Amino acid sequence: MEHIVIIGNGISGVTAARHIRKLSDKKITIISSETEHFFSRTALMYVYMGHMKFEHLKPYEYWFWKKNRIELQQGFVKTIDVKSKTLHFTEGFTMTYDKLVIATGSKPNKFGWKGEDLNGVQGLYSKQDLENLEIYAPNNKTCRHAVIVGGGLIGIELAEMLNSRNIPVTFLVRESSFWNGVLPQGESEMLNKHIKNHHIDLRLSSNLKEIISDQNGKVKSIIIQETGEEISCDFVGLTTGVSPNIDFIKESEIETKKGVLVNRFLETSIPDIYAIGDCAEQREAIGNRPVIEAVWYTGRMMGETLAQTLCGNKLEYKPGHWFNSAKFFDIEYQTYGWVFPEPKENHAHFHWIHQDDSKCITMEYNTITNEFLGINTFGIRMRHEVFDTWLSEKQTIDYVISHLEAANFDPEFYKHFEKDIQASFKNTLQTI
Amino acid sequence: MNTKLNSSLSLAKPDQDLSTKQKIAVGLGAIGLFILFLAFLNIDFPNRVLFLSAALGLITIGTIVFANSAYLKKTEGIKNDGVWFKSISSRGILGWITGIILTAFYIVLYFYPQYLGLGMDGAANTGLISLFDPLSQLLSGRPASQWFVYGTFYTLAILIFGYKFLLKYRHNRYEQIRTGSVMFFQLAFAFLIPEFMYRLNSGLPYYDLKNIWPLNYYLFDEWSVKSFLSNGNIGLALLLFGIASIFIITPILTYKYGKRWYCSWVCGCGGLAETAGDSFRQLSDKSLKAWRLERWLVHTVLVFSVVMTIATVYTYLGYDSNNFWLTRGVFISLAIAFLSLVFLLTMIFKRDALGKDAKYGAIGYFITIALLLILYFTGTTHEVFFINSGNLRSAYGFYIGSIFSGVVGTGFYPIFGNRVWCRFGCPMAAILGFQQRLLSKFRITTNGGQCISCGNCSTYCEMGIDVRAYAQKGENIVRSSCVGCGICSAVCPRGVLKLENDSMKGRINPTEILLGNDVDLMDLINQK
Repeated sequence: MEHIVIIGNGISGVTAARHIRKLSDKKITIISSETEHFFSRTALMYVYMGHMKFEHLKPYEYWFWKKNRIELQQGFVKTIDVKSKTLHFTEGFTMTYDKLVIATGSKPNKFGWKGEDLNGVQGLYSKQDLENLEIYAPNNKTCRHAVIVGGGLIGIELAEMLNSRNIPVTFLVRESSFWNGVLPQGESEMLNKHIKNHHIDLRLSSNLKEIISDQNGKVKSIIIQETGEEISCDFVGLTTGVSPNIDFIKESEIETKKGVLVNRFLETSIPDIYAIGDCAEQREAIGNRPVIEAVWYTGRMMGETLAQTLCGNKLEYKPGHWFNSAKFFDIEYQTYGWVFPEPKENHAHFHWIHQDDSKCITMEYNTITNEFLGINTFGIRMRHEVFDTWLSEKQTIDYVISHLEAANFDPEFYKHFEKDIQASFKNTLQTI
Repeated sequence: MNTKLNSSLSLAKPDQDLSTKQKIAVGLGAIGLFILFLAFLNIDFPNRVLFLSAALGLITIGTIVFANSAYLKKTEGIKNDGVWFKSISSRGILGWITGIILTAFYIVLYFYPQYLGLGMDGAANTGLISLFDPLSQLLSGRPASQWFVYGTFYTLAILIFGYKFLLKYRHNRYEQIRTGSVMFFQLAFAFLIPEFMYRLNSGLPYYDLKNIWPLNYYLFDEWSVKSFLSNGNIGLALLLFGIASIFIITPILTYKYGKRWYCSWVCGCGGLAETAGDSFRQLSDKSLKAWRLERWLVHTVLVFSVVMTIATVYTYLGYDSNNFWLTRGVFISLAIAFLSLVFLLTMIFKRDALGKDAKYGAIGYFITIALLLILYFTGTTHEVFFINSGNLRSAYGFYIGSIFSGVVGTGFYPIFGNRVWCRFGCPMAAILGFQQRLLSKFRITTNGGQCISCGNCSTYCEMGIDVRAYAQKGENIVRSSCVGCGICSAVCPRGVLKLENDSMKGRINPTEILLGNDVDLMDLINQK
């Protein structure tokens, strides 16, 4: 029986395993050094905030793995011997495979800051990070002040987490406005205010210079590059993005760049070895997508696709229309299609913001063809399926605006804003 | 939600431990409870009106002040911070103490009302119950009973914790309107109207119009039916309304809106669970085992209640059609015909939708019908399964009506969650759920591929449904037990869940590949 070994029990590896089991009778082993069972990484924040216990993060009960004959192996792969198809573990044992799937995810970025390896300095990615957070920032007695470096999705989540335990937070953001490398200005500015309303000390256009240690090797303070200001703190969160977690592969014959290089079939340079999820790097970008996509959904989609290939139905990885979501404190965000921080050439933005500053949308469209290209929506839930269809049908912006109600996904009895948005759209056109 | 920048805010949010204001609020509530406790110890207050008002007033004010302080200063949004750190809401010592006190209260209430001060054999009330005499006199012109005291507590709990819930979910209009609805139905239909009805026509039995058979298992008892019938047109109308409620009104509303129209909008048990029980919703068991137990238990109770009711009615009907058209023979034939019809229609039109559950349903139905046949053909007027129907009726009242719905159902809130009764025991929920699963426009829609499997929905589902199991597959949630409280949708951080009434077609949509992947793959997998 063919033995498929998957390194990594995150969403990519587990999705692949589940689908391989549905399609075949192959022997499946998942390896992890992090946890025994698959858990939802994106929900680690809710454990720290007390919304859930770690147990609640596991989407499958323990019997699931046995029932589906998915073997779980705890261990850390040290090297891969591609010739003999053997994995060597740091624990000393080995394992052979017929097909290998690398799904090792990411690790937090560090940029060589002085003091970045001190105690109390960490990212937020793994279960171990959560455990360390409980050591260095369990409450506002142990952690009187925290600094977060890096204004992305993890940064704002970490701010919300620390805030839930009443720990004062200074949030250093390199950009002139929160996440404006991704979001258009109106949205980004709305979030700046929202962050400050949650008592976060938001410092825009601020970089970290260095982290200073106390005599015990624990963080004592940080210094801001621009102003030279020293901020004393007991915890520093480094949330300046992630990069593929593939150090153990760099030694092997498998071709890597930033990530494990794969073609559209998710095949690496070595036969019978595949890579999916955050650690995979496409040789050529697919559409507007970055070559490395560290997103929950794309990891899952790669797992779904690769399972087909491994079970005899060779399939290209063809992600559909881009979508994503996040939550910034109390404001939910969804996006469908592409909205760039600045409209691309021959593109324009239509922006609507509610007067209470908690809801807004931005749509990008082509000014020549009027084709609708994408939407960012804040504080109003929208239907994935409807936008996916509209994008496939290449509907015009006018069509989308006038049919917006069909895409609304807010709970029943919620106030609707379509009329307001439509009126605002009309006004914008008239002023152009 | 208004997020206009408020520049007066200091760094770090206001203190999370109990603020001074909250401590005062707890103090006020405790004084109110202490007055009630003194009354329970049989201390006779000189001015009952004053002390009763003070006790209930202080409890109310305490809760309101506490809730205001807990929620009004914070931004609108999900307020589950620290739920699993707090003793009361995570089966800690406070949770256990609360559970034990509640359980003890229910045992005394159901089985030893004299300890609450109920005057036995016509004697005047003493103790706690006597403290409530003035209020009862005001409403219905008679002294209080243990049920009046209980009803007052129950209604007060729904109102004050309903207020707290309204603040907690003030960003969510579905929750606001739904909670307003349960508060209204409890206050008007369960508490005030029956008391006023007694005042207007004291022969009528206590009748909470929204309490539908089989939840209201004594509706068709001989004494109940007799007192309806001996009260002219009003009585007859009420009895007919009771029958129409379960056979006509319920199916129509459940078809249109799902069982939520009742369970989380109208019902008193649901009302208490959604308000006073809200802090315990995360304690429900989500395992597959619990689901299996739930299906067996709730349907067994339903069968029990159907057999018990039929046997009870059967025993007080006559044989002679000259006296009354509904004789034992006619009644039992009607009952068997109705049950067989439901069974046959389900098997003919809905067997595909049932799958494995069909077996359970079938077994339950066969047992019911068989029991009825035995009842009829053995000719033993009072026996089903060789058990006297009176005994059957009192066993049901004792085990289901008192122990299950009261002592376990509410007493164990802080241990097993707030919907133990509704999930494992309520026969009404079983009927509504059966219909919701098979013939209703209601479902919880999942939003394409947006789920991140975080588990907030499953954790906060009071009915123990593993919502995430469906959401992460992009599959709509169509489950008998869902009461449509809407909390899964509220706590979802990615906007994945929406409660909806839409057409029956495509309501159940098992998918293999989620939206987001390329179209060919989705077609390939999902449409085979």
